Amino acid sequence: MNLSQSFRLALKSLATSKMRALLTMLGIIIGVAAVIIITSLGNGMQQMMNNEFEKLGANLIQVQVYGVGMDSRSVDPEDMYALARQYPAYLSGVTPSVSAQAVVRVGSQEYEKTGITGVSEDYINMSGETVAQGRYLRYVDVDRAKNVCVIGAYLSQEAFGGGGVGETITLSGVPYTVVGVLSPLSSQSSQGSSDDRIYIPYTSALRLNNTAMVSGYLFTCPGKDSSATAKAIIENRLYETFQSSDYYFVMTSAEMMDAMNTMMNTMMVVLVAIAAISLLVGGIGIMNIMLVSVTERTREIGIRKSLGAKRANIRTQFIIEAGTTSAIGGVLGILLGVGLAGVTGVLISSLAGPGTTFTAVPAADSVLTAFGVSVGIGVFFGYMPADKAAKLNPIDALRYE
Amino acid sequence: MAHLIELRDVYKIYRMGTETVHALDGVNLTIDEGEFVAIVGQSGSGKSTAMNIIGCLDVPTSGTYHLGGVDVSTMEDDQQAEIRNKMLGFIFQQYNLIPKLNVLENVELPLLYAGIPAGERRRRALRSLERVGLSDKCKNLPSQLSGGQQQRVSIARALAGDPSVILADEPTGALDSRTGREVLAFLRKLNQEGDTVVLITHDNSIAVQAKRIVRLQDGRIIYDGDAGDPRAVVQPVEPGGAPEEDCSFHDREVEV
Repeated sequence: MNLSQSFRLALKSLATSKMRALLTMLGIIIGVAAVIIITSLGNGMQQMMNNEFEKLGANLIQVQVYGVGMDSRSVDPEDMYALARQYPAYLSGVTPSVSAQAVVRVGSQEYEKTGITGVSEDYINMSGETVAQGRYLRYVDVDRAKNVCVIGAYLSQEAFGGGGVGETITLSGVPYTVVGVLSPLSSQSSQGSSDDRIYIPYTSALRLNNTAMVSGYLFTCPGKDSSATAKAIIENRLYETFQSSDYYFVMTSAEMMDAMNTMMNTMMVVLVAIAAISLLVGGIGIMNIMLVSVTERTREIGIRKSLGAKRANIRTQFIIEAGTTSAIGGVLGILLGVGLAGVTGVLISSLAGPGTTFTAVPAADSVLTAFGVSVGIGVFFGYMPADKAAKLNPIDALRYE
Repeated sequence: MAHLIELRDVYKIYRMGTETVHALDGVNLTIDEGEFVAIVGQSGSGKSTAMNIIGCLDVPTSGTYHLGGVDVSTMEDDQQAEIRNKMLGFIFQQYNLIPKLNVLENVELPLLYAGIPAGERRRRALRSLERVGLSDKCKNLPSQLSGGQQQRVSIARALAGDPSVILADEPTGALDSRTGREVLAFLRKLNQEGDTVVLITHDNSIAVQAKRIVRLQDGRIIYDGDAGDPRAVVQPVEPGGAPEEDCSFHDREVEV
């Protein structure tokens, strides 16, 4: 049996009743478009998040030390520095990282959401931030636990009108002198964002917290690939001291990224599954219209059978017709989906500001899958009506008015 | 040499409700190559059933039917389709052209199902259209042609597959008498050129155009012989009424 003729016939009958064809395809169009939009936006989101991560330092390793209560076993910053010196191939930088709890005041104005972190002078090299005004913390500041601080762009803007070097901020009543202002990290910094920060020497932070134990460290490793090894090195060292893995927690930002990606993927799968329901409904729509078509064309089926068409010929013809309908629906859905995803991508980019890049990327494989699935749906839901047509009795079919 | 068509003790029994109807009641019929036979009968005489069986659209309840020496009376659906494709050419009262296909594509259909490649198919379809004098209309749709032209297209379609038997079911029923005569003249011409033609009709004036008449009544053959014989056209009177002039298909029947 000639497939090209079946295909041409299918196109012809679609062309003769365009409105009906469009309505038949609508379920498929919406379903495919929804799947494409969801996957495109999801991919874009993932890419954006990965970019942001990369910017913040994908090679960071966070270490939390909980301590052992009364026990004297602990690690101090010197141990960690020594560890970094021992494995320069895997650990390219280290700093204590102590978040301090303190009331931030400039004059009488209180800044509740501003985060205070105690770090060493190395931190700036690890985070990739740059100083816009003044200077960063120095070894001597840390060593002597000086009351100096470096502030983020947001705080500089809000409290000092963009400047701030030489001004005074009080942390829980203790005056700190601002020695530097950092460059903004994002274009629209807001309260509580990564630009709303104060960095002080970690030694000063320990004093603010009234403790002697450094509870957190940040390491950097030279590349993503080495982060797993770096993590293992740190964990081994900590286990050596604590003899239990309950007292510390090490997490690489690569792991964090993975966790985030896994979450995103799960979310996307759920959303795609919901969109797929529309595909199912579309398939049922196709089955319905094919049943109508078989009834309308009973006489044609009778004629074809009288001329020697076998069951398989008739079945193939109707399956091709259903498959063509849903394939065209699929293509229209892909076009609509890619178009809408593009528009949404542009909208999101403009909302997020020029600092972030967001492009909704329709992955080639999801486009191909969408097309394949829509053809598959046509064939699957077209089979039943096609089989009905194939099994018609030629005499009854010829007699059908 | 065996007969081209050979029906032996063919019964076709339908059950309609509680009644059983013998549409064919022990029919014995042979037709040889090159014959021009008219099967005549009134509505309900069994001629449509006879056509369905001869045309391999249906199988007898009992008895055998050999077509070209092959027993086709017990065949499955798809095997019958193949026999129809290879051996039979149908001409229907309502032309039965497919409206969405153009004239050439309609004529190509039996060749398509025979699996003949496109070039050869086109060539043979065109040759067949030439025989009916419509090769210039091959790109037209059936709806753009007159009734007589459409019937000629359906004859071309019947001829395209080079069948052993041309089976014409009331071929003039939908035509005015002049075009009807033209179509009949064409069937005679085909027969003169060597084709076997079986004509099914209720109309004596059409039946006499054939060489041989087989008259059916109540599922039985009541006359089988030369069309020139006066007995061939004797209209049997139904007990209790005038003969019906009904050329439509029978009512739907339930096969036993």
